[in-house]
Amino acid sequence: MVKNRRDFIKISALGATGVAIGSKYLFADNTQQAQKSPKGPFKLPSDFKRTPTYCEVCFWKCAGWIYKNEKGDVQKIIGNDDDPNSNGRFCPRGTGGVGMYHDEDRLKTPLIRVTDKYGKQTYRKASWDEALGVVAKGLQKVIDEHGPECLALFTHGSGGKYFGNLLKALGSHNIAAPSYAQCRGPREVGFIATFGDGLSSPEPTDIKNTDCLVLIGSHIGENMHNGQVQEMSQAIDRGATIITVDPRYSTAASKSKYWLPIKPSTDLALLLAWMNVIIEEELYDKEYVKKYTYGFDQLKEHVKGKTPEWAYGITTIPPDVIRETAREMGKASPAVIVHPGRHVTWYGDDTQRLRAVAILNALLGSWGRKGGFYKPDKAKLPSYPHPPYPEVERSWRDAMGGKYALADLALANGVCDATIPSVTRDCSIKAWIVNGTNLIETLPDRRKTVEAINNLEFIVVVDTMPMEITGYADVVLPECTYIERYDTIRASQHREPTIALRMPAVEPKYNTKSAFWIAKHLAEKMGKGDYFPFKTLEEELDWQLKKIGSSLEEMQRIGVKKLKRPYDDLYFANGEDIEFYTNTGKIELYSTSFESYGFDPMPKYTAHPEPPEGFYRLIYGRAPMHTFTRTINNPNLSDLMDTNVVWVNPKVAKTWGLENGQEVWLKNQDGVFSEFAIKVRVTERIRWDSVYMVHGFGHNRKELSRAYGKGASDSKLITNVMMDPIMGGTGMRGNFVTFLTSKPVGKEVKS
Amino acid sequence: MRYAMAMDTAKCVGCSDCVVACQTENNVPIGFCRDWIVENVEGTYPQLEMEIRSERCNHCENTPCVRTCPTGASHVIEGGIVKVTHNECIGCGACIEACPYDARYFHPDGYVDKCTFCDHRVAEGLDTACVSVCPTYSLTFGDLDDPQSPISILLRERKWKTLVPEAGTKPQVYFLI
Repeated sequence: MVKNRRDFIKISALGATGVAIGSKYLFADNTQQAQKSPKGPFKLPSDFKRTPTYCEVCFWKCAGWIYKNEKGDVQKIIGNDDDPNSNGRFCPRGTGGVGMYHDEDRLKTPLIRVTDKYGKQTYRKASWDEALGVVAKGLQKVIDEHGPECLALFTHGSGGKYFGNLLKALGSHNIAAPSYAQCRGPREVGFIATFGDGLSSPEPTDIKNTDCLVLIGSHIGENMHNGQVQEMSQAIDRGATIITVDPRYSTAASKSKYWLPIKPSTDLALLLAWMNVIIEEELYDKEYVKKYTYGFDQLKEHVKGKTPEWAYGITTIPPDVIRETAREMGKASPAVIVHPGRHVTWYGDDTQRLRAVAILNALLGSWGRKGGFYKPDKAKLPSYPHPPYPEVERSWRDAMGGKYALADLALANGVCDATIPSVTRDCSIKAWIVNGTNLIETLPDRRKTVEAINNLEFIVVVDTMPMEITGYADVVLPECTYIERYDTIRASQHREPTIALRMPAVEPKYNTKSAFWIAKHLAEKMGKGDYFPFKTLEEELDWQLKKIGSSLEEMQRIGVKKLKRPYDDLYFANGEDIEFYTNTGKIELYSTSFESYGFDPMPKYTAHPEPPEGFYRLIYGRAPMHTFTRTINNPNLSDLMDTNVVWVNPKVAKTWGLENGQEVWLKNQDGVFSEFAIKVRVTERIRWDSVYMVHGFGHNRKELSRAYGKGASDSKLITNVMMDPIMGGTGMRGNFVTFLTSKPVGKEVKS
Repeated sequence: MRYAMAMDTAKCVGCSDCVVACQTENNVPIGFCRDWIVENVEGTYPQLEMEIRSERCNHCENTPCVRTCPTGASHVIEGGIVKVTHNECIGCGACIEACPYDARYFHPDGYVDKCTFCDHRVAEGLDTACVSVCPTYSLTFGDLDDPQSPISILLRERKWKTLVPEAGTKPQVYFLI
């Protein structure tokens, strides 16, 4: 293994280096044989014309059917009518999911990092047996020398369950997903502090029954959170009032009765002013507030001076618009949703901003009410017996030095930080397993991520595509796509509990394996086979399904099974007594929990830095046909959108002499450049103090033939991170960029 | 029988699901499409309006494409669906020139291709692929000769427009506004 220096390797450099590829390994793979089970108790993919699946292109996990053509190859994917997440209609990414399978740039075989006699590092193709042997040895060495707590797993997606099981079996709880501290974490913490419950996924927003939907920076329709997009459409049909707060004229803004083109970073001032109007004009749900909430008088006092006139100077939203929109919410109460959004790590005070959103919903009485937030339910599946996990002596939390105490899940950035040796810590993380998350693009401050990787003793990356992160791995393990495998039963929350099955439509292409298979075989090599008691996932699923009165055979036939909600408690009953999971047992407008940890018990507005002259705030977001970096190389989806562009207000374009379609490079406040040129889109849809781009582009790996060099990476330009002191979220909207009309030369100040 | 489509601009978010669903349903090669998204923005920040449309062949009642076709490959079938018989098409491109909607393209296999209103699905009583997948329920397909069909009701109850009406083609894709 490479101890001190880990060169970034281009996977395509393989054969050209003259390193023996060792074709004997490719074919002398006994484990491969074992996988192709002879006709056993379960049907094979080839026995089906259509097979059930749930989508892996994003976290919404819509359930559908994969259809094959007459040649038996994957043709199309369509939604399952019984699935509440999709209602039988997949989004463009789900429909284009076939491209993930067909993508000829996929990782095709295990790769091991080797150094030749001249010191040049490259990858060599290997058999699964050899590659897993190297991984087992690499992880075991770290366990033996530093303890199992020095292992960490980064994951996003279905494979996380199996690698998580392996990690816990080995004795580590350092399991982090960037979907928490880089995305929805502040929202969960803000809502838990208020209602005693978080939102989870899919969010239990009763959009189809709402009379008023308030979106704050949430661009439903550009984020294709399928069920929500569908329900927003139904709300439009019902004539619901939509209020959108966004410095950009988003698609949702164009569907709204009110668009509030707010000055970026001032949302908390608007939220406080709305509370002020709702309390002063007595628009709140008095009965609900009296019965269920704690701290109303303190809140009333707290927002007394936070008038629309006060907020006008901060937000640039006129006072009459603030009043009118507050009245719209009051009129619709309780059938109103101040939407919590999803990617909310913006300015470092995000938990407090989401607290304000939660408080506003509490005042309007929308939590637990029709047209507001419903109480979700989910199927409970028995977990299979396995030996108890070993006790851990240290976890990621100990590495935080007492900070971010209210984080309820591991921080991906925290685990990354804990990998960089520090005098304040006696032990750093020494080995990473990375599955399905391209940390180079996912975590802010790439320089730090690379520094952490360079301090690792071992890193294994499991992915379907040669993403940037794979170039840093000691071993690359090619995972098959969701189209080619079984996975755990989906039991996500909704109005009614359901279960959904994913099964392979076809055998895995190339020399790829499922995450279950990889984790199980790795566990066996490390003496932890007991934690994976079933020989195949089919056996495990069948065992689990039979425990709840179904079977693998039934689920293969129907794909989705609707279960009965045990109680009629979708909404609070009239006058029902409810104990909330907070210190006071009430909905806390005044957070006793925040107070006890030394944080503001009620949210306060703080001014955030503004762009210096000649710079513009970098705002990033989603396009409906892409999921982060995961889909950019997908042939079907890249065909819909193959690059991002930078949105520039015409006034700004005029100042800089920029034309529509012109290529520019961006430079941020720390002197960091975009690696590739990005085309300018001159549009009235963006404020003059900001620029906007879709996240996920600007890939620098030539192995991604469709994604390479297309557009700019917002992640690379995010070097200023505003940490959320409450839960450790990484605020990423405090970065400012300027335009360079020719390719930058010379060194970046900091990269 | 008169097949037509209504496209609700009030709900469409321009996600392009109709485009990719058509591609996977009809084996439209990557790089080509039978339907597409148009976004029109008007005004000055912050006084803005935007219309998003999903567009395709309008299956016109008056068909310049069929008239200009020298081989008869372009033709109209039951229900007013305009089709191209691939093996009769010589790829001359006259229909592409004649179409005011730019709805036709050269297939790499050497013929002209376009939206078929998924007649193979419609024959089985299904909706077109784009209609069946649309996550915002913006597309409605049906028979205008049936006054009780959802599309007939929509066109009675909602304001609508057609594209390039001055071309006199009598298009059968209606945009609800």
